[in-house]
Amino acid sequence: MNLKRYQEVILKPLIDENPITLQILGICSALAVTNNLSVTLVMCVAVISVISFSNLFISLIRNYIPSSIRIIVQMTIIASLVIVVDELLKAYDYETSKRLSVFVGLIITNCIVMGRAEAFAMKEKPLLSFLDGLGNGIGYSIILIGVAFIRELFGAGTLFGNDVMPEWYMGNNLLLLPPSSFIIIGLFIWLIRSFKPAQLEKDDFEVSTHSTAPNLIKRDINV
Amino acid sequence: MFEQYLNIFITTVFIENIALSLFLGMCTFIAISKKIDAAFGLGIAVIVVCLITVPLNNLIYNYILREDALSWAGLEGTNLEFVELISYIGVIAASVQILEMFLDKYVPALYNALGQFLPLITVNCAILGASLFMVEKDLMFGESVVYGFGAGFGWALAIVVLAGIREKLKYSDIPEGLKGLGTTFIIVGLMSFGFMSFGGISL
Repeated sequence: MNLKRYQEVILKPLIDENPITLQILGICSALAVTNNLSVTLVMCVAVISVISFSNLFISLIRNYIPSSIRIIVQMTIIASLVIVVDELLKAYDYETSKRLSVFVGLIITNCIVMGRAEAFAMKEKPLLSFLDGLGNGIGYSIILIGVAFIRELFGAGTLFGNDVMPEWYMGNNLLLLPPSSFIIIGLFIWLIRSFKPAQLEKDDFEVSTHSTAPNLIKRDINV
Repeated sequence: MFEQYLNIFITTVFIENIALSLFLGMCTFIAISKKIDAAFGLGIAVIVVCLITVPLNNLIYNYILREDALSWAGLEGTNLEFVELISYIGVIAASVQILEMFLDKYVPALYNALGQFLPLITVNCAILGASLFMVEKDLMFGESVVYGFGAGFGWALAIVVLAGIREKLKYSDIPEGLKGLGTTFIIVGLMSFGFMSFGGISL
């Protein structure tokens, strides 16, 4: 296995194949935990460690898993890892653990973990799978930290709990409400797709050539 | 009695809607909401699975895992709460698998309609989330049946509405980069702002 393949596996999920903005994986937890940077960071570390180790272990035993029960086997491995993370958090950072409440447990059903196990770890070698998990975890974290940065900075005027905005700045409480993170992610997707036209989605239909409707694709008529 | 159950149902469907207020099951929520038919099928499947797994997990929690829960078997001072997650996900994965086999054998028509969605449901966090919230709320068995149904119903309602909006928007002239996923996110954001207005209702 050459070095290039490793590099590709770890760098591609960062922007080009980002789990949140392109693969539609792992959105659930992305929203509720992003109103505060320090909580988000803990969540990101938890997800990165669970996803890389689950990929590693599943890949190690991939040849011994019968395909009919593979989902339960994968779930067991993932759930055990999440329990370890959950107990560690409770022991060393009880405050954050309380604030994350059920969302640590929900890493089990975070589709990134399952999706990567299914799509990558079941086929590839252990080390490569570990790196794939790392890359996808980091790609997930980039979006999460970006959203949390915007929400905490403009919502509360703080970063990691420290005041950074000038005194006259009034926090925008709308940004502290969970639904705003959907809108921020939507705008992120817009930003990424403006730089990466390959990610643009095609229409499900074609405007027929004989149609009298303005040609929306070529935009030669301004509607 | 009846009033209390109705209260739980309305709260879970509207005020604490599992998709739009608690943001669970978002991945399938966004990925499978292109067409109303598919959204409807998935919604029904989620209702059924929630209705089965939440009461089942309630029994497991109350009679096996909870602190001192094993006293009916003569064991005192046990606390198995740390295996909570793995038991719930085990129950969910197993009941989905059994449901799939059962439908395949006895109700093939329903199996053909739901079949493709069932495996997806194991990894749908709405189901596990409903079980975890059931534990957090400390519900009795009867209440957990209503809670399970309400959670599934709320999720199904939300996905069908979203699919309806997306079908309507199919022919709209949307900026290139926002087409598809981008607009969907923004629509969901606006929908959940809308659902927040239920938050002020006290029952």
